[in-house]
Amino acid sequence: MHPIRKKRLITIAIILFVLSSALGLVLYALQQNINLFYSPTQIALGEAPQNTTIRAGGMVVKGSVKRDANTLDVVFSVTDFKHSLQIQYQGILPDLFREGQGIVAQGKMLSNGVFSASQVLAKHDEKYMPPEVSEALEKAQNDSTPTSSSVNDY
Amino acid sequence: MIPEIGHFALILALFFSFCLSLVPLVGYWQKNTVLLHTARPLTYLMSFFVLVSFLLLALSFMTDDFSVLYVSQNSNSQLPIWYKFSAIWGGHEGSLLLWVLILSGWSSAVAIKSRSLPSEVGPVVLAVLGMVSLGFLSFMLFTSSPFVRVLPEVALDGRDLNPLLQDIGLIIHPPMLYMGYVGFSVAFAFAIAALITGNLSASWARWTRPWTSLSWAFLTLGITLGSWWAYYELGWGGWWFWDPVENASFMPWLAGTALVHSLAVTEKRGVFKSWTVLLAIFTFSLSLLGTFLVRSGVLTSVHAFAADPTRGIYILALLVVLIGGSLLLYGVRAGQVRARATFGVSGREAWLLLNNILLTVLTLTVLLGTLYPLIFDVFGLGRISVGAPYFNTVFSPIALLLIVFMAIGPFSKWQQTSTSILLKAVLWPAVFAVVVAAWLAYSNALGWIAWLTLSIALWAALLTLKDWFAKVSAGSKGIIPRARQLPRNYYGMMIAHLGMVVTLVGILLVSTSSHETTVKLSPGESVSFAGYEFHFDGISHLKGPNYIADRGAISVSKEGTFVSLLSPEKRFYSTSRQIMTEAGLDAGFTRDLYVSLGEKLADDAWGIRIYVKAFVRWIWLGGLMMMCGGLLSALDKRYRNKVRGANA
Repeated sequence: MHPIRKKRLITIAIILFVLSSALGLVLYALQQNINLFYSPTQIALGEAPQNTTIRAGGMVVKGSVKRDANTLDVVFSVTDFKHSLQIQYQGILPDLFREGQGIVAQGKMLSNGVFSASQVLAKHDEKYMPPEVSEALEKAQNDSTPTSSSVNDY
Repeated sequence: MIPEIGHFALILALFFSFCLSLVPLVGYWQKNTVLLHTARPLTYLMSFFVLVSFLLLALSFMTDDFSVLYVSQNSNSQLPIWYKFSAIWGGHEGSLLLWVLILSGWSSAVAIKSRSLPSEVGPVVLAVLGMVSLGFLSFMLFTSSPFVRVLPEVALDGRDLNPLLQDIGLIIHPPMLYMGYVGFSVAFAFAIAALITGNLSASWARWTRPWTSLSWAFLTLGITLGSWWAYYELGWGGWWFWDPVENASFMPWLAGTALVHSLAVTEKRGVFKSWTVLLAIFTFSLSLLGTFLVRSGVLTSVHAFAADPTRGIYILALLVVLIGGSLLLYGVRAGQVRARATFGVSGREAWLLLNNILLTVLTLTVLLGTLYPLIFDVFGLGRISVGAPYFNTVFSPIALLLIVFMAIGPFSKWQQTSTSILLKAVLWPAVFAVVVAAWLAYSNALGWIAWLTLSIALWAALLTLKDWFAKVSAGSKGIIPRARQLPRNYYGMMIAHLGMVVTLVGILLVSTSSHETTVKLSPGESVSFAGYEFHFDGISHLKGPNYIADRGAISVSKEGTFVSLLSPEKRFYSTSRQIMTEAGLDAGFTRDLYVSLGEKLADDAWGIRIYVKAFVRWIWLGGLMMMCGGLLSALDKRYRNKVRGANA
């Protein structure tokens, strides 16, 4: 083969090899590490998978935050004003976690319907509402005719 | 009056940038020297008025003029004076003004240096920079002027700067970051000018190189500062989150690193010309994309973006025009600049080609991970987040491979290097590195990944030093005179490569040998953790200029001897009603002790987070070394004065 052509061929082969292995790596990693968001309603309807890392979130229900006396275990509920979801977590909650605030948690669904969070996220801004949560709230509002006075309870 | 004058100065700057982007080009096409020569004064005029408007905005901040909307949103009369100054870039409008100010700074620097360029190149480069300024100045004036007044209902006091930004790190981080990614506009302008004039000689690469190295050094510093700030300010002990905002600055860095290397090949060997031009366009486009992602609100939600689209659409249009236009120009003109020179498969060119392929792939994987949630959202497939594990899985192996090539590359010669010579040069250090790394990994109970990484790091460091030693010990002059003769460019490379190794070791050890725990402690209690004894002495209250705080006192001892007193704080900023965690830190060369207060629990007890971070400082030390490397090579003697003679 002509040396220049050979060189070009080798270059292209290397590029193709690197690109395809990178692509394989990307696909593999994406499959493992994409976390879908589920609203409390979706979870109540059984749409969320078990034993897969997902995200869930909503408004923290007033009066639902319960701390264990001796450990750092904490249990609270989030709601989209249609259904609520109980979340358990161990550790320190973020600065802006408080009742009535929109939060997103990352973790897994347990078989008893409780969400076990490995991470709780609340942004550093009082006015900030996680976009997932505000969307879920909107959706729950539109799907149900708000007959109950539930909105005022929270 | 002051805000109005500022606004007016901005309009004048817009006018001059418009002239700058047009007149010199007309002069170029009509071969009219007078028009060509307007480029420099126009640049100075534009920069002067941008500076005036920046200073007037600064004055509005200093004098607490809360009739200016932007000032009232980002400042407060209680704010310490240095934060009032940094509050200028605390929000959207002001950061754009800083962006444009830095762009005019770079433009003026090019104008000053352009005397040594061939007479038609300098003005065209300045005209391209003028177009970029035009785009951003018009964006600012039409959609986000910082000088908008709220009259007559003037706020009594400002809403205060976001507490997260009230920090020394955030005073210097954004300007450095912007210096970096705006600086790539110079490489971009040189590339576009080369395409317009069709003059893409080896001297083109020599003109572009110092600017690119300098911007790269600034960007490296900016990213390093950002990482350091996130580490101590966010209270989670993390130093990199693969957050889209971080990725927005990291992608231009990766592409810029590729550009620095391909420019070296283009300058020395005259190959990869059209690729280098494309890379220069690509790098600056990523800077623009980063600005778009951060500034348009598209990241928080596509829907939020759709709700208030003016700003986003404007930047998007700017992006399309600038990137699309340059790529179009590239498509039309690149055929003319194809290199005639060839290169060998085993020469240094080939190693640098590999470097470029890998860096480009890395950039693309980060780009994909950053944009993936957006794409998902746009097509209504649901809301997802791409977690840090994605980036770690994809990034680490490719980056490790890149460092392997980084170790070998400098040993190869231009054009051809015989494989046996290369093998002989790298083999013994490799054996040594693998054995030492195995011993280190075994004695510290680290896994095989750590062993592999340590081997590569050690090997790369050994080879870099060996190469230097071979260079200085050759010949009869003696080591010190030889060492002084080596060009700054070479030392730049050496220090940057060693910096890379230091950062790599830091990243490896902080992720494998760190310890963290969360405990519940009451005053008087203590906990033993990772060989240290943490004793919670108690909590005191204090009052800062614009916040009140609980300060914890935690004394740390090791085997009975006192090590350090850590004072983490929980601050409440009264104006913005936000709570902030300030970590208590004891920094060290091999480990950091890091404590942050969680919540106050029942009966005086606090939730407390404790970290022992191994070698975390190395990550930033390496970053600083890389920055020094970039600075050194930008200051190489070859780029000075000799430029005029060599435009063959």
